[in-house]
Amino acid sequence: MATSEAPAAAAPAEPSHGRRIFLIWIVLAVVADVLIWAVWRPHLPPGQMSSSAEHQQVDIAVLAMAAAPVMLFVWVYFAYALTNWRHRAGDDDDGPPIFGHTGIQATWIIGTAVVVLAAFVFGTVELIVPAGAGAGEGPLPVWKPSGNNTLQVQVIAQQWVFTYRYPQFGGMETTQLVLPEGRNVEFHVTSLDVIHSFWAYQLGVKADANPMVDDVAYTKPEHLGGFTVRCNELCGLWHGAMYNYGKVVSAADFQTWATSSQAQLAKVTKILPPYALTYEPTVVPQLGQDLVKVAGITGANGYYYNPGDPEQP
Amino acid sequence: MSIEIEPEKAQQPAGHGPAGPVPARPWWMRPAIHTAVVGAVLGYLVGHWLGNFLSHDYARNALSDMNDFPLVLGYVLGTVGWLAGLGVFNDLLRQMAGKPVPVAEEEEEAVSGLSKYFRFTLDHKVVGIQYLIGMIIYFCTAGLFAMAIRTELLSPTYHVMNASTYVEVVGEHGTMMMMLMSSVVLGPFGNYLMPLMIGSKRMAFPRLEALSFWLTPAAFIVLLSGVLVGGFPFGWTGYAPLSVQATQGADSYAVAFGLMGISIILAGFNIIVTVINYRAPGMRWSRLPIFVWSMVTVSFLMVLATPVLVGGMYMLLTDRTVETAFFAGQLGGSSYLYQNLFWFFGHPEVYILALPGFGIVSEILPVFCRKPLFGYRVAGAGMIGVALLSFFVWQHHLFDSGINPEMRPLFMLTTELISIPTGFIYLVAIGTLWKAKIRFTVPMLFALGLYFNFLIGGISGVFLSDVPADTTEHGSFFVMSHFHYTIMGGLIFAFMAACYYWLPKMLGIKLNETLGKIHFWTMFIFFNSTFLPLFAVGMLGQPRRVFEYARNLQTLNDWVSISAFLLGGSILIFVINFIWSTLFAREPEVGNPWQSRGLEWQVSSPPPGGNFEHIPVVLSSPYDYGVRDAPPVADLHPPVGVVSAAYAGAGVEA
Repeated sequence: MATSEAPAAAAPAEPSHGRRIFLIWIVLAVVADVLIWAVWRPHLPPGQMSSSAEHQQVDIAVLAMAAAPVMLFVWVYFAYALTNWRHRAGDDDDGPPIFGHTGIQATWIIGTAVVVLAAFVFGTVELIVPAGAGAGEGPLPVWKPSGNNTLQVQVIAQQWVFTYRYPQFGGMETTQLVLPEGRNVEFHVTSLDVIHSFWAYQLGVKADANPMVDDVAYTKPEHLGGFTVRCNELCGLWHGAMYNYGKVVSAADFQTWATSSQAQLAKVTKILPPYALTYEPTVVPQLGQDLVKVAGITGANGYYYNPGDPEQP
Repeated sequence: MSIEIEPEKAQQPAGHGPAGPVPARPWWMRPAIHTAVVGAVLGYLVGHWLGNFLSHDYARNALSDMNDFPLVLGYVLGTVGWLAGLGVFNDLLRQMAGKPVPVAEEEEEAVSGLSKYFRFTLDHKVVGIQYLIGMIIYFCTAGLFAMAIRTELLSPTYHVMNASTYVEVVGEHGTMMMMLMSSVVLGPFGNYLMPLMIGSKRMAFPRLEALSFWLTPAAFIVLLSGVLVGGFPFGWTGYAPLSVQATQGADSYAVAFGLMGISIILAGFNIIVTVINYRAPGMRWSRLPIFVWSMVTVSFLMVLATPVLVGGMYMLLTDRTVETAFFAGQLGGSSYLYQNLFWFFGHPEVYILALPGFGIVSEILPVFCRKPLFGYRVAGAGMIGVALLSFFVWQHHLFDSGINPEMRPLFMLTTELISIPTGFIYLVAIGTLWKAKIRFTVPMLFALGLYFNFLIGGISGVFLSDVPADTTEHGSFFVMSHFHYTIMGGLIFAFMAACYYWLPKMLGIKLNETLGKIHFWTMFIFFNSTFLPLFAVGMLGQPRRVFEYARNLQTLNDWVSISAFLLGGSILIFVINFIWSTLFAREPEVGNPWQSRGLEWQVSSPPPGGNFEHIPVVLSSPYDYGVRDAPPVADLHPPVGVVSAAYAGAGVEA
């Protein structure tokens, strides 16, 4: 950055501090960036299980490659300064009165502005290209994946459990999230009580669950395997225990699972309110009265809440 | 400025008569902390009774026979009683009755001994010390909650506390730190040093200043009392509808945060007016110490952002007590409304916590580099830039929430832009260190610690500002670690630097240097060993505020917990050093131990009553180190007539 234009007025006998710092920095920065891209990137979270996770991994690696030179510059400079320009015993004179240096100040400001604007452009591209990067986009998503074979999954959060409805399979509601490989998934995240956040860690998907709000997020699972779903927004007492596990299966296995689950859950689905993008919180307690009579779905501690008691237990 | 002012009676606001003799009453009848406690208890009882009287047929809470209304009224009237007991309203009533009221500079001469620290006082130096002790107590209390959190996180499932205690402890820690620590620098150092630095005998509004302090113990006690009624389960952010749904502990959160909000607004207001109107002749804006610049910018943030918080807390309280529906979606409200209100305050708030740190280190660096501050204007511009931009970034807390999805690139841009003025602080440090003569004193070590920590905190903030990367990082331990790096690694390190640098000035004693160095190195090492691994913990999938986490993260979490306990021990070293040096060793320090050019160091330590015998005339910048033939920073005994001439508009720059 600004080092090569160190303030003038160095005594002739003195080494060129600016050049030294620059050389140390450039070597370290190049080594660090090569290591980040070649060695660290494939292991960076959140992994490569889905399209959005892959993009996030690249994104984090690129940001790390931009951050490393900046941090190294400050550290190298500080280390150099603190070792070379310390006060010597008996020297009670003040240092050189340097009040500023227009060239260095301008270089610094332009340099940081360029880095920041580049990060902004890169981040925007990485947000738009992978259809919203797996983040919640609200009820009217602006960035969608192409293709029309999209699987819709509704994520319903409530204190303190996630359940999932599949509108393309009769609106059945399951307690486990099962997704097919290689097909775009459109999550509709909503809540029945307070704000939760749906975080499918390995899929790189995170969307807040607000009551009365339909929050849409996209991803495309690309590898088979299990993933964790955690609540990512403090939602009360058992927030810490609000997690479950999902899995990505092959397209054929998914079809088998979905059709058999749909048949199995038919009697529960009948009692459920018709599939909708949001559900009014006040109608939920009445639902519980019917639901607990049918095996299959229960709330956090075995029952939905008593209608007369909206409080936490 | 056209106010005619005598040097001897300078800056006395017009309209106030001379102070009458304070009527001699027995000590227990004079307003002080004991009458305040009596007033608080009485006020609480009256409020509680009134609440029950007005709302006995409200039954919001099916689980208990109590509703929230009596509790809230109890808290509010208890606070009013506390203030009345302190005598906050006495001068107001006296003035309304046409009686003379005391003037700030004169009152402080009249009281001596320790009792003045337990009273409502007009002396900014007493308020500064009150703030200092208060802030250390609040910080340590909140720190103990942090120790409790880390104890629970030693195991991947709950073991020491149950789920309910754990969220209570998390909420108390977060709220206490975020709301009370917003005054950790402005309270003690801003109030104490700012008049000294600008050459003033007093603050503009001494009563508001004292009130701003005496609201903090009320907020602290109200907040802490939440644990008696079950605490609150929503952390420091208090998102509705969870905070509307929660039991009575939530009232303590909303009232305490509201009280602290008022305190912050008053403190900021006072600082702004003082800096604009009470600068000594010759203290041009271009000579203002950079610490004062940071106080001014922080004060603007406090005055402009905090009313939104107070409004939000008020709405939360009415939702909870009288069944309004600001935040209930099915009744026409919105859960997003609270998030927007909260973060519209909340994001300037984190700069309220960051900017004082920048000011302190930029103030200390030139002294121990023996060089002028490099790029003074850049430093000031950086602070102003950060303060301005901080109002335009708040929705980056809501990137995944589904609100305004198409606005995310804009908020990504504003958030990333803020790193440019923040970078100025580093540019200034880099320039100042160039060919300096660095003295590694304890304050300098802490200042350098800030540059190290804040770099990590700031750069990790760029990761969070990037929407795709934020999808993984948002709400995880990554962001938790990020803001601990900026606030604890930044603000608290700067606070420690300020303590070691300015306590000799404020208390007239030296702090033990060996203990200080041990304190620095333990704090620096254990701080980093606590929070650096938490970036990894967050990236590996651990959300914030959970008591259960993946088994494979236990080793990292245990490492962090043990480091956190050692970090707590390091803070204990500071407390021991502080108590030992001030109460027992008491090594006097009267002069200018750092050979600083700062105006505050040109008077004796501790400064005399009224700060300056005469209003000084400022002659040069406080950073003219190494300048041949630089004039002294100020003429402390200007010829008679110069000051009044200056106020009349004539030049005094010679």
